[in-house]
Parts: sequence; C-alpha cells; structure tokens
Amino acid sequence: MLSSSAAATPAKCRAPARVLPGFKITLGYTLMYLCLIVLIPLSALVFKTFTLTWDQFWAAVTGPRVMASYRLTFGASLIAALVNMVFGLLVAWVLVRYQFFGKKVVDALVDLPFALPTAVAGISLTALLAGNGWVGQYLEPMGIQLAFNPNGIVIALIFIGLPFVVRTVQPVLEDAEKELEEAATCLGASRWQTFTRVIFPSIAPALLTGFAMAFARGMGEYGSVIFIAGNMPMISEITPLIIIGKLEQYDYAGATAVATVMLVISFILLLVINGLQTWQRRHSGAPV
Amino acid sequence: MSSPIIRRAEAGTTEAAWVRYTLIGITLVFLFLFLVLPLAAVFAEAMRKGFDAYWEALKEPDAWSAICLTLITALIAVPLNLVFGVAAAWCIAKYEFKGKSVLTTLVDLPFSVSPVVAGLVYVLMFGAQGWFGPWLQEHDVKVIFAVPGIVLATVFVTFPFIARELIPLMQAQGNEEEQAAIVLGATGWQTFWYVTLPNIKWGLIYGVILCNARAMGEFGAVSVVSGHIRGQTNTMPLHVEILYNEYQSVAAFAVASLLALLALVTLVIKSVAEWRHEREMKAIGNLPPENIKAAPLDLSLKAAS
Repeated sequence: MLSSSAAATPAKCRAPARVLPGFKITLGYTLMYLCLIVLIPLSALVFKTFTLTWDQFWAAVTGPRVMASYRLTFGASLIAALVNMVFGLLVAWVLVRYQFFGKKVVDALVDLPFALPTAVAGISLTALLAGNGWVGQYLEPMGIQLAFNPNGIVIALIFIGLPFVVRTVQPVLEDAEKELEEAATCLGASRWQTFTRVIFPSIAPALLTGFAMAFARGMGEYGSVIFIAGNMPMISEITPLIIIGKLEQYDYAGATAVATVMLVISFILLLVINGLQTWQRRHSGAPV
Repeated sequence: MSSPIIRRAEAGTTEAAWVRYTLIGITLVFLFLFLVLPLAAVFAEAMRKGFDAYWEALKEPDAWSAICLTLITALIAVPLNLVFGVAAAWCIAKYEFKGKSVLTTLVDLPFSVSPVVAGLVYVLMFGAQGWFGPWLQEHDVKVIFAVPGIVLATVFVTFPFIARELIPLMQAQGNEEEQAAIVLGATGWQTFWYVTLPNIKWGLIYGVILCNARAMGEFGAVSVVSGHIRGQTNTMPLHVEILYNEYQSVAAFAVASLLALLALVTLVIKSVAEWRHEREMKAIGNLPPENIKAAPLDLSLKAAS
C-alpha cells in the first residue's frame, strides 16, 4: 500500500485517481460492450447505406410518401414538445412551489409515461378518443376527431414527452435561490415581473433541454403512435412506419436509407441536448 | 408560518391565493386527462365483459407463452446492462481520461435512436441478407425472428438506463471513501462491495427497475426483429398488438393490464427508493458538520435524461 501511494506521488495530478484499482478492466469491458451492442450494429447501417448509389439513396429518402412522413413526424413532434414545454413547466412549478392534497401521488404519477409500455399507451389512448370512447363520445358530436388522424399523433406524443420536461425543470426550480425573488420584490417588482425577469431566465436552459428531449423522443416514437394514427399514406404515416413498411416488402435498401436519415437526425439532436446540458450546468454554477 | 412578519415576507415569493388555486387546478385537470384517464381506460376495457372473460384471456396458451418470453428477455437483458452500467459508471465517475466526454455521449446514444432503427440494425447484421446471415444459416443458428434477436434488440434499447443513473451519482460522491478503504488495505472488490455499493444502492435499484420496465414493455425494436410468430416469438406488447388488430379488444386489454400493473409497481418502487434516499440524505444533514460528505442529488433528473 505504502509503496503504491509513494510511487503515485510524482505525477501529482493523476495520483488520486490511480489509487483505485479496476480502471483498465472496467474501461475495457465498457468499450467492448459498447462496440458489440451499439457501435458495430450502427456501423452496419452506415456500411449498408454506402452500398447504394447516390441516386438510389436520394430516390429512397425523397419519395413523396417519405417526404410527407418527415413533415408529419417533425411537425407533430414539434407541436407536442411545445405543448409539453408549457404544461411541463406548469406541472413542475405546481409540484415544487405549492402544497396540496395528494401531491406525492401526483409527483410519482408524472413518471407513468416512462414506465407504461408504449403499445399499452397507444391502445388505451385510442380507446379513449375513438368515437365510442370515454372522451371521444363527447367530442365526436362537436365535430372534433382526435383519433385516426394527425391530431392523435400529437396527443400520443404529448403523453410520451411530458415527464422529460417536468423532470428536467423540477430540480432546477427546487435549487432556485429564494433570496433573488425576495430581492426583486424588495426592489418593487411585481410577482409577474419577478417571474419573467428573475425566475424564467434561470430555468430557461433546463426548459429548453426538456423541450429538446421531448422532441427527440417524439421523432423516433413508434409504439404509442401507430395505434392512434390511422396510418394513412401521405396523411398520417410517420417515418418509423415507413421503415417498417419497406422492411415488410423486403426493400432492405430503402429501409436502410430512410433509417440513416433518422440516425443522422438523432445524432444531431443528441449533440444539441448535450450542448444544452453543458450550458445548463454552467448556468447553475456547477462544475461541468 | 404563524408569525405575521414571516407571512408578509413570504408574500414576496409566492402568488395570490386565486393564482395558486387556478394553477393547481389546471395542472390536476391536465394530468387527469393525460395520465389518469389512459391508465383507468386500460383496466376498464379489460373488465368490460366481466372478470371471467378477463381471466379466460389471460389463461390462453399464446398469452401465457408471451408472458414467459417477456420474463426471459428481461431476465437476460437487465443483468447484462446492470454489469455494464456498474463498470461504465466506475471508469467514467472515478477516473479522468482522454475521450471521457465522447464515451459518455456514446453511452447515451441508444436513447436518441428510434427503436425501429435499433431493430433494423440487427436485421442488417444477422438477417438472411445481413453480414453474418449466410454463416448463421450454415450453422443453423436463428437470431432474427427468434429469441436471441429479441434479447439483443431489448439490450440495445435499455442499454444506457443503469449507467445514466449511476454516473452522476458516483461523480457526486467522489473518491475519498474508496481511497480510504484501499489505503486501509481493502482489495478492490471489497472496496466496491462494502464502500461503493451501499452508497449507490438506491440509485442502482432505481436504474434497475426503470430498465426492467422498458425491457418488458419495448415494442418498436422488438417488433422489427421478432417476426410475430404466435406462441414462439411474441412478447407481451407484441401479443397486445396482434389481439388488438384482430379486434379481440378485451383480450388485448387484459394482457395490457398486466403491463399497466407492472408500470404501477415500477412507480411505487421508484418512489420508495427516492423517499428512502431523501431520508438518508436528511439524516446526514442532521449530523454535525464535520460528518457531512455525501453530496445531495436528484434521482429524477437522471432518469429523464
């Protein structure tokens, strides 16, 4: 023991870390497992794409049905993430700032979309919103159709994305310094001014992170959407369903091409979320 | 709270009563519509034709084999990702090295890949036209449209859950306790077992149950690789889909209700783990200052990301 700590002394900056054993084996195992499960399979997708000619690739990813599915997936995810940003902030605010009966249950329930399998959420939302469902039977006579069209997709994505916003904003609100708000009040700010000028700027990075996460999840979501969407080509067909459709027709090249486009989008979103999280940590003063 | 001075001071940091009640009201109505109603609908639809029909649907051999396959898949996938999660958290949280942030980002990657794409990459690897397809066919091994493919796809989608939970937790706790143990003569394994593990146990439980919920409920990725062979390669979510598309609504919701129960149990265990962790943190907070060492943390944030 003594010799190992003595030997570690010269390299001062590295010394404390290297006292602990197991670095090589855990890093080695992590890298091996990561390669086997994630990196090699994903590279198979990229290599398969390179076997296509540019024209084949371009034709596969810009067909009219595929383009319509991009617009739908992007638009529905964007609307759902915006709705979640508003209501997620509201839920987080109420859970952190106010006391009411059953708060702990409500707090636990917010994670339901993480725990409930997406297929179950899909059929249950469909049953609710279909013409004979608990909610649908009141909306149908008013001419509001929420199931089997793009509206249903937005509803399903709101369900799926809600906890992302709540759970990113909640801890930041909990850590917010009340002193700042007291100071604002003492200086004569109204409660609304305090919220927009003091509180909101401090939670904005977290809110944007939650928005980006909900959006990213919505872009890739499949299970909850396909039951409620109606899946009509050009109207309510999402991009993941296009991939499934091409696979079922043994069009592996086409499926691969569209999947590559989706993979690139998820890479970009992952980098955006990482950047936002770094910004958020710097904002709150914690070490990056 | 009772003193009027304190109450007046608080008025500067909270809203008028009517604003508070309106906001609470809107929140509760929103959560009722979007969370409680869908959950209640699952059980109501399952019981629509009475308990006997519900029970019949669950006793069906195809439903039963779907339940078994789901349990087997989770029993393989969760331990694999548990070992990986602990190993990854140990090397990322306890050491500094080049490329650490790249590694952390790559660990997160499966979260942002669409489940359908995740299923597709395994078809491209092991399918009939895939990289290893011909070799597998020669040796009569089935991966795609068989159980190994389902397990692989599940491992991919649940890959980051436990690691994501443990990395920030172990980073916040630092290395001092482990270093003390090593200096006092403990082996690496003893240090992990007696020092690190008790510190991370609630985070670990939290990660494992969320990983398990996702493993049992995964739909998109599994649906691509499974082939939907009834009684053989159907997991519970896939079985729900088949029944639903055959207009056997009661049977579909009966199987779905089991998954919803699983979700409820997951939420209960998760909340208990959170409350126990908070209580332990508070107990540490009540100690004299020289004994404080553990940093506070928030479990839910990591689950979200």
